[in-house]
Amino acid sequence: MIKKRYILNFPPDSGDKAFTYHLVKDYDIRINILKAEVFPGKSGSLLLELQGKKENIEKGVEYIQSHKIVCESLDKRIHFQSEKCIDCGNCTAVCFAGALTMDKQSWNLNFNKEKCVVCELCIPACPLKLFRIDFQ
Amino acid sequence: MSTVKTYEKMNRKLKSGKAVVLTAEEVSEMAKTLSPEEIVEKVDVVTTATFGAMCSSGAIINFGHANPPIRMEKIRLNGVPCYEGLAAVDSYIGATACDPERPEYGGAHVIQDLLEGKDVELEAWAKGTDCYPRKHIKTKININTINEFTLFNPRNAYQNYNVAVNTTSNIKHTYMGTLLPNLRNATYSTSGELSPLINDPEFKTIGLGTRIFLGGTQGFVVWPGTQFHTTRPKNEFGVPVTNAATIAVMGNLKEMSAEYLQAAYYEKYGVSLFVGIGIPIPVLNADIAKRVSINNSQIETSVLDYGTVGTPKLGQVTYEELQSGSIKVKGKKIRTAPVSSLSKARKIADELKKWLLDGAFEVSQPVQMFPQNTSLNGLKETEADND
Repeated sequence: MIKKRYILNFPPDSGDKAFTYHLVKDYDIRINILKAEVFPGKSGSLLLELQGKKENIEKGVEYIQSHKIVCESLDKRIHFQSEKCIDCGNCTAVCFAGALTMDKQSWNLNFNKEKCVVCELCIPACPLKLFRIDFQ
Repeated sequence: MSTVKTYEKMNRKLKSGKAVVLTAEEVSEMAKTLSPEEIVEKVDVVTTATFGAMCSSGAIINFGHANPPIRMEKIRLNGVPCYEGLAAVDSYIGATACDPERPEYGGAHVIQDLLEGKDVELEAWAKGTDCYPRKHIKTKININTINEFTLFNPRNAYQNYNVAVNTTSNIKHTYMGTLLPNLRNATYSTSGELSPLINDPEFKTIGLGTRIFLGGTQGFVVWPGTQFHTTRPKNEFGVPVTNAATIAVMGNLKEMSAEYLQAAYYEKYGVSLFVGIGIPIPVLNADIAKRVSINNSQIETSVLDYGTVGTPKLGQVTYEELQSGSIKVKGKKIRTAPVSSLSKARKIADELKKWLLDGAFEVSQPVQMFPQNTSLNGLKETEADND
């Protein structure tokens, strides 16, 4: 069993299909919807956590992609210029999901992208503006 | 009789490579097993450091004279306004200055761009005089074309600072970072037991002329910082439990490194400059040894509500608690986060230690000690002006 987060971007004409139902029913995948922005008739974006057998998740992702839905793993959508980070800690103050934390020994920033829930609070909180998340 | 050392002897020892230099964190660890009397025998200099956003910072720049010359009366660097009330081509660019149309790029960014060797657009206007006939100039400058480029920060390295929380139901954007509603986070800003002015709380060694690490090169303490306050309440270990004294510092920006100066923009607040400062404290006697031995469990600070006008005090916590990841305020457990970089501060303390051990850096006796018993005035508003 593995657990992985994906961002899905729906084109305007795909909003009425029950993809999550098929992921559960046909691929035995447990789904946790962490964030959703769906505008009927327009585009929509979802952040999903998929839990299941590795091969089932791969097949499930292929199924989604075959319906013209962009499905990418979350870490590919998070851009962080770590080489410019000064480890000030400002981003950790707003990260209630626990993705951004300070190492208690070195006091360097730790970024566990798999814990990110795309609240996007770190983007304005970083005084060096080092974060970018492509959700939509 | 207890040991008393002199600056001269200490510098001779540093030059000969026989001095013992520790960081303030290392000496705090040592103090768990050794007394101040033993520490003064073993340790010569203790290095302290901080790397935090310090708004009261800026740079003096002399642009050099153009031909024909101009007496600059309105000056912009990459669109950022600079002070024009000095001689013809002298200016001061404050870290927080910005064009209101472009609030995320300010004086600190101009300083950083120049420091990194980038070209910056200088535009200036004047009325034209007999001796300075020119009325307008627009050109590019960089760190090599300008004459003096001097960091002059009127208020840096605050001796302790408050913890910020927010009791309201709205998010607050402050210079202490983003404060979540309903006490959901707490931010703090000093490097605790490594912080310079906490290790010399009564200014026994730090004063006018103290040689320091500033932005990656040697700089100096040139005056008490603005809002220099020495009579704040202190705890049993002699540390003020809120923001107290400060220092004004100066150094040659042409020798500095962008690694130790960093421009910053705080959402809905404005621009600031992270400044790297390291101060060596010579362990002249047992009293100073005792001061530099202080540890995070002995340093306390006040928790203030930044969401409420007047920033009421909600509690008092130690740096040990702050660095543990959570504090308790009003019975509620609150997650903590630093807003100044302890890892960079440690790097500075280590770098300064290296300079001292290499004999490349002398400890300097202050030319004059700072005043005692100072306090602050608020800004009173006269009734007539508010009618």
